[in-house]
Amino acid sequence: MLPRTLARTSPLYTRAATTLSAGYPRVSRKLPTKYGGVYTVTLIPGDGIGAEITDSVKEIFEHVNAPIEWEQYDVSGVSSQGENLFRQAMESLKRNRVGLKGILFTPISQSGHISWNVAMRQQLDIYASVVLCKSLPGFPTRHKDVDFAIIRENTEGEYSGLEHQSYPGVVESLKVVTRPKAERIIRFAFDFAVKNNRKATNIMKLGDGLFLNTFRQIAEEYASSGLACNDMIVDNCAMQLVARPGQFDVMVMPNLYGAIVSNIGAALVGGPGVVPGCNVGREYALFEPGCRHVAKDIMGTNRANPAAMILSSTMMLRHLGLDTIADSIASATLGVINAGKVRTADMGGGAASTSEFTAEVIKNL
Amino acid sequence: MLTARTLSGAAQVRRSLQPIQGKYAVTLIPGDAFTGIGPEISHAVKAIYAAAEVPIEWEEVSVTPVLKGGKTVIPDAAITSVKRNTVALKGPLATPIGKGHVSLNLTLRRTFNLFANVRPCVSIKGFKTAYDDVNTVLIRENTEGEYSGIEHEIVDGVVQSIKLITWQASERVARYAFHYAQANGRRRVTAVHKANIMKMSDGMFLAACREVSGDFPNIAYDEDLLDRVCLQVCQNPRPYADRVMVMPNLYGDILSDMCAGLIGGLGLTPSGNIGRDASIFEAVHGSAPDIAEFGANPIRKIGKGLANPTALLLSSLMMLRHMNLNTYAERIEKAALSTIAEGKTITGDLGGKATTKEFTDAIVKRLHAQ
Repeated sequence: MLPRTLARTSPLYTRAATTLSAGYPRVSRKLPTKYGGVYTVTLIPGDGIGAEITDSVKEIFEHVNAPIEWEQYDVSGVSSQGENLFRQAMESLKRNRVGLKGILFTPISQSGHISWNVAMRQQLDIYASVVLCKSLPGFPTRHKDVDFAIIRENTEGEYSGLEHQSYPGVVESLKVVTRPKAERIIRFAFDFAVKNNRKATNIMKLGDGLFLNTFRQIAEEYASSGLACNDMIVDNCAMQLVARPGQFDVMVMPNLYGAIVSNIGAALVGGPGVVPGCNVGREYALFEPGCRHVAKDIMGTNRANPAAMILSSTMMLRHLGLDTIADSIASATLGVINAGKVRTADMGGGAASTSEFTAEVIKNL
Repeated sequence: MLTARTLSGAAQVRRSLQPIQGKYAVTLIPGDAFTGIGPEISHAVKAIYAAAEVPIEWEEVSVTPVLKGGKTVIPDAAITSVKRNTVALKGPLATPIGKGHVSLNLTLRRTFNLFANVRPCVSIKGFKTAYDDVNTVLIRENTEGEYSGIEHEIVDGVVQSIKLITWQASERVARYAFHYAQANGRRRVTAVHKANIMKMSDGMFLAACREVSGDFPNIAYDEDLLDRVCLQVCQNPRPYADRVMVMPNLYGDILSDMCAGLIGGLGLTPSGNIGRDASIFEAVHGSAPDIAEFGANPIRKIGKGLANPTALLLSSLMMLRHMNLNTYAERIEKAALSTIAEGKTITGDLGGKATTKEFTDAIVKRLHAQ
């Protein structure tokens, strides 16, 4: 088990699974690249605010002298030109097995390339997306005491990318759900719940009979753990989330519903700027903000909130076994938010810039 | 040319909406007395309408399924009544679950080509939630998309379901959305999509919306990703008060219930189904027996005279506005909302102690006092 320094020192973190320490089941067999005690990690800043918020992570890591060597690839999805760089980044990820990434822009037009974010998740088979939504101390929102984890299937479902026009004006889009993939994501969710002493596992379905049946089967395997399981239809779930979010704990769901729920969840706790996340598979782990927004509208203005990226990077440090560094960075970040003096525009506050926030975190370390 | 087509469609509906002896005939489907609160809340609506002297003649029909040719179907009398009147108000019905029954809602949707589901959500003064500035309108394509029902298991453990998007249906619902925006003084239509992932299907939906927007130069049009809309509506619903959102079936299903959650649940939200051949306005709470117990949930009060008729009443007001009986709608709305805002005679689900009858009487009294 991981040492949970903060869980012990602060009464606010009575439970293990917080944004600070999510003990998701580790499944990598191969070790990440490490030379002389330094890990090599692939860094893909991404589009929009990505460069700014990863800069702030780099700055903080430099300050604490974290044993991380970045292998940076400035892939951009804005044009399709960057495909070669994208391939290099993929190879780097395959070598290093651990990465930190912002969000790549995906064009809407049909002539544009497919989503590289999705391609990455599919090619690396990082099937489990973990997003932690937890009310932050010192930052009240409309809802209190929100604390749930979203486990989202990342590689199939509506994101299969299989579409065709069978007749002019008639388009079919295939949603594919398979039992093995349903089984592994549901198992992951149960393992996550057990490992983090969570109370309940919810699920969402909508005619997704296979997903639901698989869930019920696997629930039996965890019967003795005392986890309470129930299922909920996705539309009802969306309604319950905005009205009584306190009832949710660990939620597992197919791909598209995950996009919806993670955004609702982020809205409940203060926006995409504070919600960390990661994508884990058997071999690889890729850390990125939990709420996948490019935020092109504020790019380059030094206004983005780097908290989600910083917290995601601490999840990465923990994944690499660097818990002490992770804890100090995370508590410094949450400390800055709690103090409430330096906050970026999305959190209300005095509209501090990204760099001011970063400087304040470094001061707090 | 396309505009002309819709206008003629609207005219067709209007034609049959001639008052008979000064009154419009409207089909009323109260619902089943044994399984739900339908009759109670329909009765409340009728009482309020009588007090407001709305020129409507209710034509009550039962939709309890009957056996016909080995299948359970809706009685013909109900179908003909809706067909004749083209406007109907429907209480919550318990859809019989099990094989051999075709869902009643599905039957009605298919019979009358109910292609657009309109779901406005407005914060109700007097019922406190975490959000007090909600005023959203969501229009959902209702006939295809993820609910096309085409689903099969290719081999063991591999299920494939097909989301069907057609130009025709997309264009039709987009046109209605713009039409609705124009008629209700909303200046913007936002198409909600996921076309970055589903480039062809959602892409076509967007293309249809874009084309229709050209016919409405005075209504602004924009597009937004489903993810962003979910986030922004929950964070701050206020900016959405000036627009109509239009989207494919599944997104609409989820988002409309999410918006309902913002204002306190399905017990306070009206719903209208607009079709080619008829329009049916309904309270949606009956069709979801799994609504958990929070906020306004009228379902727990079956048969005790404690049900909350607000959702059905608000739906009926949408109906009045659809029929251009706006003054009546405004009068009743004012009476009902001020009764809730006052908070003295409200039903248990809203935090009061009043019975359905007391709540209804309070509204009637206000109508008389106006």
